[in-house]
Amino acid sequence: MTENGHKAGSNLEKVLSAGTFAVTGECGPPKSADGGVIEHKAKLLKGYVDAVNITDNQTAVVRVCSLASAVTAQQNGLEAIMQMTCRDRNRLAMQADILGAATLGVKNILCLTGDHLSFGNHPEAKGVHDLDSLNLIRMYKDMRDEKKFQCGEEMTVAPPLYIGCAENPFADPFEFRTLRLKKKIEAGADFMQTQCIFNVPKFKEWMKEVRAMGLHQEIKILAGITPLKGVGGARYMKNFVPGMDVPQEIVDRMAAVEKGPPSHAEGKKLAVEMIKELAEVEGVAGVHIMAVEWEEAVPEIVEMAGLLPRPAVA
Amino acid sequence: MITAERKPFDEILELVEGHKKVLVAGCDTCVAICLTGGEKEAEILASELRMKAEADGREVEVEHTAAIRQCEWEYLDMIAEKVEWADVVLSMACGIGIQSMAEKFEPKLVVPAVNTNMLGMPQEHAVWLERCGACGDCVIGETAGICPVVRCSKSLMNGPCGGSHDGKCEVTGPEKEEIDCAWHLIWERLKAQGREELMYVNRPPKNWSRSSSGGPRKMVREEAKPV
Repeated sequence: MTENGHKAGSNLEKVLSAGTFAVTGECGPPKSADGGVIEHKAKLLKGYVDAVNITDNQTAVVRVCSLASAVTAQQNGLEAIMQMTCRDRNRLAMQADILGAATLGVKNILCLTGDHLSFGNHPEAKGVHDLDSLNLIRMYKDMRDEKKFQCGEEMTVAPPLYIGCAENPFADPFEFRTLRLKKKIEAGADFMQTQCIFNVPKFKEWMKEVRAMGLHQEIKILAGITPLKGVGGARYMKNFVPGMDVPQEIVDRMAAVEKGPPSHAEGKKLAVEMIKELAEVEGVAGVHIMAVEWEEAVPEIVEMAGLLPRPAVA
Repeated sequence: MITAERKPFDEILELVEGHKKVLVAGCDTCVAICLTGGEKEAEILASELRMKAEADGREVEVEHTAAIRQCEWEYLDMIAEKVEWADVVLSMACGIGIQSMAEKFEPKLVVPAVNTNMLGMPQEHAVWLERCGACGDCVIGETAGICPVVRCSKSLMNGPCGGSHDGKCEVTGPEKEEIDCAWHLIWERLKAQGREELMYVNRPPKNWSRSSSGGPRKMVREEAKPV
């Protein structure tokens, strides 16, 4: 616990604990040793989001590690949410990396299972999965609050962490999804970002259950939004991305506009409409905008959604 | 049971290349039940090798035999004479049987004709599914008799990941076939048993030191040792 009662004192934690509607973004590190990519993306998003997720070998494809990229983002003035998957590291590596991240000033961490190796570019690799994401959340909470390693040994300086998790309201079994969120809260998660939402009615149905269990009081929920650039992306996500629920009317709406600028404009407009609708849902504390390889769309979307200026927190 | 699949014929040829007396040794237990490496399959492989040698104009003698179980010393004595005759033994047993042969008849060259793949069961005729990872710390008493270690693609211990859809895993099998989500099955069966609260609890990190991560394992039953 920091002096002012925060767990980590990150910008994201301060925005959320002040009850301000939060905005997070997402940056994927590059598939080469090009440090300029994250620097460029961080500069694009600075001032438009409260913190940015730095993905960890997303879709099981090797990229610059999330720790180095998180530090690069922060050096360029944008607070990072470092993603950590259970797929590529065992409990030693996951503890070592978080200690290292903490010494370099990274405070937000997102604990994930990780997409399966078979989706990526090294399908012959050995998947680790020593811990699952719930074990990971608990391990980081115990490091922070109890100053204890997973084995029970004590450390002198605990890492100040704001611990996040993900949840997919569109995965099955649907009735277990709120229970899984409850388990993550019990394990120690402070905030949660959802999978991309396209099926708003189904998300609302899920939130009703979340509220019935009082979970929105115990964790900060950020609704996931992915702006669509065109109908191709919509179809791809509908058919090929695991756990994605894209209603046909969304695909049809994107198909009805011309490719290029008209379609880009429509995608942004749709994202803004969805953000406004989701912001009205009781228990939604913020929005997580995942503009995959389209970070330059984020400033306009955030502005059109009326979410500027982002709060300056002390 | 332990299951295995025969290696590609070209790989088998490479393993026995240059040898004049080849013994194909089947095993009449697990690998015979999964139709891969019993006496019949040993006889077939021996014929294939003979025909290939003849077609290539190479002089090679190929014999076949089978042990009741290649993984137990006493059964190996019964095939010792044939092994003695061979330059190379092409074992069709699982990895355990192959190693037993290599140890028993050291320094005889013993090579594998199969890839041992899993501890599984025949789901239907000629279809086997993995059922156990021999992790040394069984949890299926709390998971409705369904093993999350090998039946969940990510060995999760606390319920399905976000890739579970309509009861299916986000991962597809080698033939692009759909795989059941183990945790969906666990959830449904626990509900049918009225024990779904078992999925509400946070299960701690698994102790993998009891699996192969802890180094080669050894089991001693003191009470069963001869006095």
